[in-house]
Amino acid sequence: MTTIDPARTELQPSEAPSPRRSTGTRVTRAIGIGCLTAMGWLVAFGLGFSPADRDQKESVRILYVHVPTIWLAYLAFVVTAVSSGLYLFTKKRSLGWDRVAGASAEIGVAFVAVTLAVGSMWGRLTWGVFWQWDARLTTTALLFVTYIGYLAVRRLGGSHQQRAKRSAVLGMIAVIEIPLVHFSVKMWRSLHQEATVANLDGDTKMDGIMLFSLFVGVIAFTFLYVWLMLHRTRAMAMEDMLEDRGLDDALVARRAEAAAQQNGAR
Amino acid sequence: MEDAGFILGSYLLTFVTVGLFAWRTIRSGRKLADQIPDEDKYWL
Repeated sequence: MTTIDPARTELQPSEAPSPRRSTGTRVTRAIGIGCLTAMGWLVAFGLGFSPADRDQKESVRILYVHVPTIWLAYLAFVVTAVSSGLYLFTKKRSLGWDRVAGASAEIGVAFVAVTLAVGSMWGRLTWGVFWQWDARLTTTALLFVTYIGYLAVRRLGGSHQQRAKRSAVLGMIAVIEIPLVHFSVKMWRSLHQEATVANLDGDTKMDGIMLFSLFVGVIAFTFLYVWLMLHRTRAMAMEDMLEDRGLDDALVARRAEAAAQQNGAR
Repeated sequence: MEDAGFILGSYLLTFVTVGLFAWRTIRSGRKLADQIPDEDKYWL
């Protein structure tokens, strides 16, 4: 009979499994594949199968990325506000909600940046200029700057709870800008066209294949949003863990230093 | 295609921007995951 040496059953440091170097799982991989497939469809329909518009001609193709990115940015900022509320108004005050709020705001800012950049290209083709201080453009730029400010506030320092509390308040206030941006074309005289799909009368006023191309864009960017959210919230959780660990190490070092000083004084 | 430069440019700009954002997200996640033991990773 063979005997097992207990010392041999423990993993030696060199044999210990190294941590998995990823924030990915089977679910994120499936979403990533869905996103790439939908992006491929977006290129095929947006640049190929979809016809040119009677008035806007070929420039309408830009709208298949311009419109989905701003819709997803709206969604991202609403998620930020709701998560901020869940953080502030629940007893547990879970930092998980704060991380969801922060990750969603980061993605929203990236999407608004894309909206503004491709929108200016569409403006150049349709209006002849890249930028106008029009109500819709100005309020969208204001939305962008506000959420850049929100991300800056998150990096002000202090404890995780302090960060979460101050950014949650800002996240809930900043979301008020979304109806201002969306209805700016109705509230003020604007160069920007009114909503074709997301309007209050329910009439989409769009050709079937054009509407389908827009729908494909919305699906593609929704997949991207979910995929980025999963990865970013996991990375943020690890950032918090490492900060806590650094703080714990610093406290241990400080206590050891104080104890050494006391011993020296005796 | 009329105005192809602007149209293709807008798609390229979109994919480059979101691609860089995704790459940065994955890269930072990998660097952090290296320093955290697996038992602390709630998604595993």
